[in-house]
Amino acid sequence: MTPTATQAPPAGTMGGRLRQHPHTSRHAFTGYLFVAPFMIVFVAMLLVPLGYAAYLSLFREQLIGGTVFVGLDNYVRALSDQQLLSGIFRVARFFLIQVPLMLTLALCFALALDSGMLRLTRVVRLGIFIPYAVPSVVAALMWGYLYGPDFGPFAQLAEEIGTAVPSFLGSNLMLFSLANVVFWEFTGYNMIILYAALRAVPSELYEAAAVDGAGAWRTAWSVKIPSIRPALLLTLIFSVIGSFQLFNEPNLLQQLAPNVIDNAYTPNLYAYNLAFVSQELNYAAAVSFILGLVILVASYAFMYIATRRSRS
Amino acid sequence: MAACGGDDDGETSESETESISQADIDEAMQTPTEITFWTWVPDIEKEVALFEEAYPEISVNVVNAGQGADHYAKLRTALEAGEGAPDVAQIEFQMIPTFSITENLLDLRPYGAEELADQFVDWTWAQVSGQNGEVWAIPQDTGPMGMLYREDIFEEHDIEVPETWDDFAEAARELNEADPDVFITNVAPNQGAWFSAMLWQAGANPFAGSEGERFSVDLNSEQAQQVASYWGDLVSEGVVSTDADFTDQWYQAFNQDKYATWLTAAWGPVFLASAAESTSGNWRAAPLPQWEEGEQISANWGGSTSAVMSSAQNPIVAAEFAKFLNADTESAMTMATEQFLFPPLTSVLSDPEFAEQELEFYGGQRVNEVFAEISNTVTNEFQWSPFQDQVYADFTDTVGKAFADQTDPVAALDEWQSRLTSYAENQGFTVESP
Repeated sequence: MTPTATQAPPAGTMGGRLRQHPHTSRHAFTGYLFVAPFMIVFVAMLLVPLGYAAYLSLFREQLIGGTVFVGLDNYVRALSDQQLLSGIFRVARFFLIQVPLMLTLALCFALALDSGMLRLTRVVRLGIFIPYAVPSVVAALMWGYLYGPDFGPFAQLAEEIGTAVPSFLGSNLMLFSLANVVFWEFTGYNMIILYAALRAVPSELYEAAAVDGAGAWRTAWSVKIPSIRPALLLTLIFSVIGSFQLFNEPNLLQQLAPNVIDNAYTPNLYAYNLAFVSQELNYAAAVSFILGLVILVASYAFMYIATRRSRS
Repeated sequence: MAACGGDDDGETSESETESISQADIDEAMQTPTEITFWTWVPDIEKEVALFEEAYPEISVNVVNAGQGADHYAKLRTALEAGEGAPDVAQIEFQMIPTFSITENLLDLRPYGAEELADQFVDWTWAQVSGQNGEVWAIPQDTGPMGMLYREDIFEEHDIEVPETWDDFAEAARELNEADPDVFITNVAPNQGAWFSAMLWQAGANPFAGSEGERFSVDLNSEQAQQVASYWGDLVSEGVVSTDADFTDQWYQAFNQDKYATWLTAAWGPVFLASAAESTSGNWRAAPLPQWEEGEQISANWGGSTSAVMSSAQNPIVAAEFAKFLNADTESAMTMATEQFLFPPLTSVLSDPEFAEQELEFYGGQRVNEVFAEISNTVTNEFQWSPFQDQVYADFTDTVGKAFADQTDPVAALDEWQSRLTSYAENQGFTVESP
């Protein structure tokens, strides 16, 4: 309710309406102007390509016979595609192996830095964060070298000692080797988010806790962690998205171990190969949409669980 | 195949072979024209300059759009968009059917390409010839397969350099027994092109008869099984390694004396000389081991052509350029001696300036001469599929995986075939398999 509306006569005059109309529309106009730069990029770079991909996914283009409209056929095919399904289960497994460990460690680092009990806080903080600044392509190449079965440093070391080399790039360890690369890259990133959130916790809470007789551990567990729940949830959602969209690391390690990482190792890798090797752009679009849906459902499920818990 | 250009069966081939007159060609070559050429060959500007010198009115715009997959992806996009595509493009032999099936290549018969046929090694011309005698491209460089081997390693263990595959298997066991860190060779599980060359040599022709809407596939033929089980056995005995090729691990293996041979193409010798510098002087070149004693049969891995796109605005100029670049003596000689592209022209292959080059990396051996002789033993019969990328991708996931995991490679051939069959069916082909 605006003041003009309350002042206007109950029946409303033309004049009253006319005065009110340009006022609100100018408001709306400036608003749009402010969000325009974002909206233009958002629409041009996200909504339009997304819409186009959705459109593409309803067709099938063949080398012989050209393009035909097939409705949801591509989706039906994807849902029974063993290669896609096993890729989705693989990244789900990857998520369960990698993310709890990474977030726990990131939280520990953040709490340790925030406690003020560490020396050289800045150096430590930078040191943990630096791997994130290394492009993931470089990281994967670097770890690929370290994992090398004959000439990698671990292999050389094992040979010096005279023990067998664990086959980092073999089918048994590959998922752990990949998890390790991602762990190395993203622990620092998550730590920074959690650390920033900790710095924003009002210090009165700590004082109150201290007055109530809480020690450092008790403060961390009962005050700090509950206060940064939204930040924790954020890192969790980022991790869900990151895990399910895993691409760079397997794509690069594939060159070293083509027999372990096949073309459908992760759903994203599968979509990429469908589009650029098999020329099946339409099916690749459908696969991408299904992957997007899986991520959406998984993210929502985690948020639902987390918010329900915080209410109870 | 090369000789069937003048046949008179079928009206289409007759009308298409109707030649452009010399007067038309002369006129086109004297009209100021710009054409675009996509290639990844370094320093190709040298040869282009020769062309521009011969035809001052024509200017050629050279674009490097990436190598291999990148190049083809961009080319495919430009062709489908209907604009931005080059007039002439670098196309590997194995990719010719991929682009001719979508009618993107210009048949060069009307532009006098057939007159060049005699100047090229037979099999290279067969590779650019279509089912109905079309000439889809002009050969530029080739990769006849031979064997580069470490003379010092064979001598150290007093093992003869193998001439047949039986001897090769025997030597593999002896070498590995003498020194468990040495493998006679490496089978790269990611290298479908290498395996295709092995099939080619053994006489398998898995995609023979594919044409238009028909996709013929026979990957589990007797010859293919022979090749797959031969390598599968050596791998499971542990006397042949299975590292992915063109990786750090693989380069280091050459430098650390892990492999005693590299079964590779004619572009291999120069490549290896820079990749394994520390082993200089120890390598020699020889023909591939043979399935039958006394035979000399080889195959091809790699190599490429210049093809004119059917969308070219000035097809006459584009065709003349493709012909000049690869058949002009000076241009072809420059490519062979400066860019180290292994030539398809018989005149260059026998030219002393090319053939008698002595390479220090190979102890002064005339490696070009060895491979020139091998080139004459490459058989004509080997056809590529209309979607070679998919063939290689599926190779890695089936037969390549079987090699690396030491499972049954013959069963993997069936899997390879069934994957390609369902791919082809999805793409609208009629699939035929024996």
